Amino acid sequence: MHQREAKSDLASSGGARGGPLALDAAQASATPAIATTARILARLKDLPGPLLPVLHEVQHELGCIPAEAVQTIAEALNLSRAEVHGVITFYPHFRSQPAARHTLEVCRAESCQAMGSEPLAAHARARLGCDFHASSADGNFTLEPVYCLGLCAQSPAVMIDGQPHARVTPDKLDRLLARTLDRASEHTLDRTPETTP
Amino acid sequence: MSAPIVIYVPRDAAALAMDADAVAHEIERIADERGVAVQVVRNGSRGLLWLEPLVEVVTHDGRVAYGPVAPEDVADLFDAGWLSPGNGDSKATPKTASSHPLCLGLTEAIPYLKHQERLTFARVGVIDPLSLQDYAAHGGLAGLKRALAMEPAAIIDEMVTSGLRGRGGAAFPTGIKWKTVAGTPSDQKYIVCNADEGDSGTFADRLLMEGDPYVLIEGMTIAGLAVGASYGYIYVRSEYPHAIATLEAAIARARSVGWLGADVHGSGRRFDLEVRKGAGAYICGEETSLLESLEGKRGVVRAKPPLPAISGLFGKPTVINNVISLATVPIILAKGANYYRDYGVGRSHGTLPFQLAGNLKQGGLVEKAFGLSLRDLLYEFGGGSASGRPLRAVQVGGPLGAYLPESQWDVPLDYEAYIQISAMIGHGGLVAFDDTVDMARMARYAMEFCAIESCGKCTPCRIGSTRGVETIDKIAAPGADARQREQQVPLLRDLCDTMMGGSLCALGGMAPYPVLSALNHFPQDFGIESSQSAAHAA
Repeated sequence: MHQREAKSDLASSGGARGGPLALDAAQASATPAIATTARILARLKDLPGPLLPVLHEVQHELGCIPAEAVQTIAEALNLSRAEVHGVITFYPHFRSQPAARHTLEVCRAESCQAMGSEPLAAHARARLGCDFHASSADGNFTLEPVYCLGLCAQSPAVMIDGQPHARVTPDKLDRLLARTLDRASEHTLDRTPETTP
Repeated sequence: MSAPIVIYVPRDAAALAMDADAVAHEIERIADERGVAVQVVRNGSRGLLWLEPLVEVVTHDGRVAYGPVAPEDVADLFDAGWLSPGNGDSKATPKTASSHPLCLGLTEAIPYLKHQERLTFARVGVIDPLSLQDYAAHGGLAGLKRALAMEPAAIIDEMVTSGLRGRGGAAFPTGIKWKTVAGTPSDQKYIVCNADEGDSGTFADRLLMEGDPYVLIEGMTIAGLAVGASYGYIYVRSEYPHAIATLEAAIARARSVGWLGADVHGSGRRFDLEVRKGAGAYICGEETSLLESLEGKRGVVRAKPPLPAISGLFGKPTVINNVISLATVPIILAKGANYYRDYGVGRSHGTLPFQLAGNLKQGGLVEKAFGLSLRDLLYEFGGGSASGRPLRAVQVGGPLGAYLPESQWDVPLDYEAYIQISAMIGHGGLVAFDDTVDMARMARYAMEFCAIESCGKCTPCRIGSTRGVETIDKIAAPGADARQREQQVPLLRDLCDTMMGGSLCALGGMAPYPVLSALNHFPQDFGIESSQSAAHAA
């Protein structure tokens, strides 16, 4: 319902597709994703090469880059939707669907392999009951591979919600995951889905 | 009231990954409880990464190191008297708790550090990375001040004379690149810093950006003066959130005191820069792909020519250099080209920050002049394997670098000597493996990685890497008979040849290096006779 209203907002901008009028209209959109995206675009669209900064900011605010944001971005930057979609899907960091509450990234590059990251990755999969690029059934963790965190002298390494951890054993990983959930439940009041993977 | 005791607790991601924040917090809490006045400074990492968090206490004799310190060790260190008044002239110089098992003595006297030749990394781990005063007090800005008094052409001559070659891996002479940009007329030119350090086994860029960001800013400013560029971008991978935060804070502070902006150091010259964040694509470490990404496109490799030096970012002449190359510029200008040139061997001048990673007891950063051997790094510095098993193979230069067997560990680390053995020094990262490694599996991984990260523009890389995985699977399959292997090995070599000769950039062009080196040096892991492999390798 909200989405339909938003589209009519854009259409009612008098044929000014891609122009400043469309961006003004989008900022007033009833669809939060479109309004947020338009607000970000108003701030960043005049940067040289604005697309990556815009996508980072949208994902930071919304937790992902939803389909409705793509249209708004394309119009504001005078790109086709296909071009924006192409960029989003080229870069592993960008996601079209929101991640779980927390993101666990396990390094799978050579240095970590030399120190047992493959058994660690197997443990993470078993523990969360999901494969890479997927989320645990309870919605707590998204599991992602990462190819090097720059902690190669302290392999194997993982990152949880942007915080690095080194020399991780399966036991240490279990403790880190439990600690992440404990801390989250301490802040139940302001608990919102993680926005940065 | 005497001055507080100064304690250094690193803020580098390598220390944070081992709970450095909790250690710093615990030190402040217990000091407060026991009524000891302390000032905790968050420095960069000294690069002795097996000792992180490496806590240092300033004493009368110098900085005394303790490590690796876990939060639960802190109370014990207080009990051992690490902050007790010493023989110095004030309370601010405690004695050394040398009886404590974590005490390492004076930091500068630790052999791992003492035997290094730190030029680019001179300040990393020593200073508070964001303190403008610390930077200036430890030799910062000397290079820029000299450059401001020089003609642009003289700065470039200095760079050419220094012999500095691109530290990102390609080893192209930095001065020559600058000369091309300087000689290309344009209303706008750019300095781009490649901080997309995606190679496994490398972390020098990260340590530098988190430990001494102003040296990178200074180096980029000098590059701007030399070629006539007024704006710069630092493209940092999104996997390095702490480096990004440190750089952004440093740039803001530098701007606020006029180190960046419309009037750099009151010279009337303009230079400013910003950080741009990558998004997880390994290929964006390739320079033309990085430029595409900065322009807001998919990171697809560009065909060369035109060189970025002539038509780079937004079609303008662009200097694109690695973090370490740019961060080495200030010391070259400060101490003179010949000072830097005198380090090293042959045509490999200066020093390289080697990164010891993987299965090593003492992993970390070792900045040394070119010419030492891998064996020195692995045993003198690295202390042998972490697992206690014999080392078997070392991958030098990242995921596209060759695996070297023990017979090649005495070759001097020198760009040309490495090319002769079909290997590359690259960004100076080395990943050690013990004798449990399955080299056929590592060869397969090299192809698999290439398939995951290929930008897809050229066929040898896009398709070849997937065919490579399949072919290695056929060779190394447990059920494969000798005849099947015999047929597949020449196919794999042929495929590697196509990739090396036909790929547009180093990803497809060099992914065969780890594959072929594994096949040539460790044929038994593929289930083939060494004689057959040697015949092909010859």
